[in-house]
Amino acid sequence: MTQKISIDPITRLEGHGKIEIFLDEKGNVQDAYWQVVELRGFERFCIGRPAEEMPRIVPNICGVCPSAHHMAATKALDDLYSVEPTPAARLIRELEFNAFYIEDHYIHFFFLAAPDFVVGPDADPRERNILGVIGKVGKEIGQKVIEVRRRNRDIIRHIFSKAPHPEGGLPGGVPRGFTEEDRTWVKETADFSLEFARFAIQLFKDVVLANKTYVDLILNDAYSLKTYYMALVDELNRTTFYDGTVRVVDQHGKEYTKFHPRDYDKVIGEWVEPWTYIRLNHLKPLGWHGLKDGEGTSLYRVAPLARLNVGDSMLTPLAHKESQIMFETLGGKPAHQTLATHWARLICALQAAEQNVEIANNPLLTSKDIRNMNLKLRNKGVGCVEAPRGTLFHHYETDNDGIMTKANLIVATQNNAAPICLSVKKAAKAFVKGPDVKEGFLNMVEMAFRAYDPCLSCATHSMPGTMPMTVNIRDHEGVLVRRLTR
Amino acid sequence: MAEKPKVAIYWLTACGGCDETIVDLNEAILQVADAVDIVLWPVAMDFKYKSIREMKDRAIALSIIHGSVRNSEQEEMAKLLRKKSGIVLAFGSCACFGGTPGLANFRSKQDIFNWVYRDAPTVVNPKGNVPQAETKIDGYRLTLPEFYEQVYPLNRIIDVDYYLPGCPPPPDLVAHAVFAVVEGKLPPRGATLAPRKPLCDTCPRNQSKPLKMEIDKVVRIHAVEADPDKCFLAQGILCMGPATRSGCGETCLRINTPCRGCFGPVEGISDAGTKFISGLAALLGAETEKDAADAVDGITDLAGLCYRFSLPSVSLKKRIPDGER
Repeated sequence: MTQKISIDPITRLEGHGKIEIFLDEKGNVQDAYWQVVELRGFERFCIGRPAEEMPRIVPNICGVCPSAHHMAATKALDDLYSVEPTPAARLIRELEFNAFYIEDHYIHFFFLAAPDFVVGPDADPRERNILGVIGKVGKEIGQKVIEVRRRNRDIIRHIFSKAPHPEGGLPGGVPRGFTEEDRTWVKETADFSLEFARFAIQLFKDVVLANKTYVDLILNDAYSLKTYYMALVDELNRTTFYDGTVRVVDQHGKEYTKFHPRDYDKVIGEWVEPWTYIRLNHLKPLGWHGLKDGEGTSLYRVAPLARLNVGDSMLTPLAHKESQIMFETLGGKPAHQTLATHWARLICALQAAEQNVEIANNPLLTSKDIRNMNLKLRNKGVGCVEAPRGTLFHHYETDNDGIMTKANLIVATQNNAAPICLSVKKAAKAFVKGPDVKEGFLNMVEMAFRAYDPCLSCATHSMPGTMPMTVNIRDHEGVLVRRLTR
Repeated sequence: MAEKPKVAIYWLTACGGCDETIVDLNEAILQVADAVDIVLWPVAMDFKYKSIREMKDRAIALSIIHGSVRNSEQEEMAKLLRKKSGIVLAFGSCACFGGTPGLANFRSKQDIFNWVYRDAPTVVNPKGNVPQAETKIDGYRLTLPEFYEQVYPLNRIIDVDYYLPGCPPPPDLVAHAVFAVVEGKLPPRGATLAPRKPLCDTCPRNQSKPLKMEIDKVVRIHAVEADPDKCFLAQGILCMGPATRSGCGETCLRINTPCRGCFGPVEGISDAGTKFISGLAALLGAETEKDAADAVDGITDLAGLCYRFSLPSVSLKKRIPDGER
């Protein structure tokens, strides 16, 4: 008899989802599906709204990465109104975006991922959370994590009102700047963050890399996928976050294409399947070849590991050095080991911290020239940022009064949707054997998607929703044998 | 040792910002973790639904539910938590009034599906696939929750004991609400756990309000450099402050950005939109029809402004279709 296993809800991710695992008569995994179970319709209900309200509406796509949507919307307004932010406004936006990277990457690493690596993948589920992590590493480190998050969110709050729902992005500028008095605490925050970033990488080396079991897990073929990679780079092909050109490299690290964000719809295609609300992105010119990796795939991945694979180098010296160590350890570039995304995430946070130390010391930071009022409406605007979870596009069109007539969003997690389906299937085939499946093995299946830090709230912007998950295990006749709920 | 009160934190159609605001309690979250026993929090912890289903009715002291209801799974979870909980707190603007995603009630489900799965410029869908409640692939049956025609605030689906609005609720009010439950110091059932005053009363720009306010011309926020100290309405910039409950900490006003009403209507008013529109009409000091037309020229999307966070709470007076209940 075949079985079906459900993990419902999948946890420690942002949004609603479930995993269905089908077993054959012998209890081997036949197939596994990662399903996103909701949809919200942002692209439609934005129509009729004044374009300048978009930065205030889109943060509700996701309260975990609201700064990414807020910034993409603000940059779409720059393009829509053919305006460049003033140099000070651009600097302030970059400061905010880096502060967001820092707090976001650490909340993922310490709250969502570390429970698997610090507490252990098969530890008691009741212990496998941030409180368990603090129990292991000590309250002092726990307090540091809380502090780095709080301080960087204070930067976001200062410029854009609220960290979970930023407000006030304007075409050509920012709503609020900094004084010389403010610079003192901004500098302290930047210095503290850089110190923390170096500490976090050392902690990863001490706790994860020094443990052979974890290293074997990272290098395990079950957690590897050979796909294309997409990320933003600067004119020297260095990894950037706030702005850049979109670059795609193939499974061997060779450049496949490089394009201006406005041309996103020539490169990105969204495939529709009846069994999930999420659309499955692929490289449009290559066509849809289904859920497969390796030669002949048209799937690409985004997010921290992709950023390191795509850039010829990192933008800042310490981050670059750490990226070289990572590639050496993993056996070369590009690295296809999905779980190494956690490592790459800490390196991206390091780059953000290094950049913010520079910005905090830049004389321009306290300039009062924070708005460029030279606005010329051109009816179409595309805003693109390298969000923490990957490349994000907002495309708006308006009538001659600047009222929205069209919106199309390509959201980070959606880029990764098809590879996540594939990663989950691969991990399930490697770790699950029926009929008696241990909880720890199912968590190892969840680890396959957790590495992507998938944000289903974002991914389902087009429909209503968020994403806890379920794993159902079903027999070959589709009868539910076990629903994983812990 | 006495058993700690059990608390569930759950999201319906939500963005996760309400979870983040709980984490924004920072060090205080460790105190909360000491005072209560968290039994469900999918974004942060590995407890699964089964453990909730197996609990006795009302075993959970407090369920903090954020997000609105848009599909059958969310309705089911809301009902399950209602059954298992002594107190249900509608947390954040989506649970209280429908929230920004409630603007989707301006569009039909079909319209959303057509764009997302057919018309968007990046869609590649030669087979015309559309997500289905049930699909068979290679003999396997896969199911998805049913997507409803509209967005519902929580109190259209289950009884709600208390409300804490905000997008998201600020950490001080969150801590206040949680400790009120732990210490049993709650106001009468049905209350909103936030100040009763309108935002204008606590606005740092309140003193700048002219004695007799008159708007000659409504202007849009991107088109002007707003005076950072002067009342927005006195500058002709639409601000929802007069019709909105205070409690947010005036953070938007401090970054020179007008209010959009995330705290919902003031005490005793159910529809912030009509309250705002009647107030606005009185401020437009037009003598002639042409003056009036000029004055309102800058008003571009009154419905989207007045009901930015509350459309489902005012537009759903009609009966909810049987298929959706």
